[in-house]
Amino acid sequence: MQESSSALALVLGGDPALYAIIRLSLLVSLSATALAAVVGLPLGALLALTRFPGRTAIVVVINAFMGLPPVVVGLAVYLLLSRSGPLGFLGILFTPAAMVVAQGLLVLPIIAALTRQTIEDLWAEYRDELTAMRVPPSGRVATLLWDARFSLTTTLLAGFGRAAAEVGTVMIVGGNIDGFTRTMTTAIALETSKGDLPLAVGLGLFLIAVIVLVNAAVWGVRRASEIRAG
Amino acid sequence: MTMRPPVSDLPLVLEDVTVAVRDVALVRDLSLRIAAGAPTVLIGPNGSGKSTLIRLAMGLIAPTSGRVTWGGRDASDGRRRAVVFQRPVMLRRSAAGNVAYALHAAGCARAERTRRLADILARVGLTHLADRPARRLSGGEQQRVALARALAHDPEVLFLDEPTASLDPASTKAVEDILREVAQTGVKLVMATHDLGQARRLAGEIAFMLRGRVHECTPAERFFTAPATAEAAAFAHGDIVI
Repeated sequence: MQESSSALALVLGGDPALYAIIRLSLLVSLSATALAAVVGLPLGALLALTRFPGRTAIVVVINAFMGLPPVVVGLAVYLLLSRSGPLGFLGILFTPAAMVVAQGLLVLPIIAALTRQTIEDLWAEYRDELTAMRVPPSGRVATLLWDARFSLTTTLLAGFGRAAAEVGTVMIVGGNIDGFTRTMTTAIALETSKGDLPLAVGLGLFLIAVIVLVNAAVWGVRRASEIRAG
Repeated sequence: MTMRPPVSDLPLVLEDVTVAVRDVALVRDLSLRIAAGAPTVLIGPNGSGKSTLIRLAMGLIAPTSGRVTWGGRDASDGRRRAVVFQRPVMLRRSAAGNVAYALHAAGCARAERTRRLADILARVGLTHLADRPARRLSGGEQQRVALARALAHDPEVLFLDEPTASLDPASTKAVEDILREVAQTGVKLVMATHDLGQARRLAGEIAFMLRGRVHECTPAERFFTAPATAEAAAFAHGDIVI
């Protein structure tokens, strides 16, 4: 009971450090989701529409990678970006940019795999019409992505949820630097290990509230445009 | 109207065509010649191969054996053929959006698109529903959207697979009126139907199909008054033929 009341005080108090953490968390997770969407949506659609040797293997691997352990992705990106790594010259390790890349990699398989399934189902419905209209392959991809846009918002939310909730990659490649790379999840982990449970619980509740708010906002936009477009 | 390419897809000829899926023949040794002129109506019981014939003629499936030619050519880009399926799929857009999509797919220039869109919507009587989401329209209205999409391709041959099978009489009449008008502009209609009354109203010639073959192909008046085969006579009379 004491935990939740001090958590409430923290939230109502409007601590600027807290808002900086929330802002960074949102910024990193939304950017990572956007980055993964730019690659994952067309990739998933292409996999849905094409048949080539080895396609099944790729589909299985991408599906399996939906369950990639965040710490492993974090470790891999750490090795790539560390000073002696192949991408060390970029000098972005322990910056928000590295966190976006790492979370993007984590989210990419989720978006690609769910997009592939959605587009494949819609293609089964549209195949005859689009073939009869002689829509070229590039046009098919664009049409299917556009017409599946409402289902795909759920895919993007699943990706965002994964990014916002994970702690492993941002901890490893971000380093949990106060005021620079500290996110809500890394802060919760830190406060818990320090024994400041009220703060940890407060941050946890806040994190959940932020995720619910983002989902509610997306849902509202989706409903509004669905009513317009059918 | 967009300029029609000089080559014609007619006559469309199917010679001894067989389509088999896992050893089950959907059509067997089917032959038919579809030439320009009055509408050809395909009638026959379920499973007699009407839809398969339409898919072959559209080029959507390839024959397992036999030959399909369009205007004497083995291949055709299909630019002058359009189809309305029995249960057309509405794209998740407005009625006008569906037709605009088809116009774009048909290569209609942007400058012309607005005018042709309005023109086609008026032809199928959908002007007042243009902005409504297509998937919320009634079955009859959706069928007219599908017709409008097909017309967007400015087809030389228009295939229709039981376009009024699940429509009420008023919607059926609306579709038939449009089809009659389309036929008058010189578009060849090839329509499958179960509705003998509809066949009587629209057909120039009847292709009576039975067990994956064209059993008899005759001018419509002759089919309904003096059919050549006993099965066709029974079917035209309204008996159940299997």
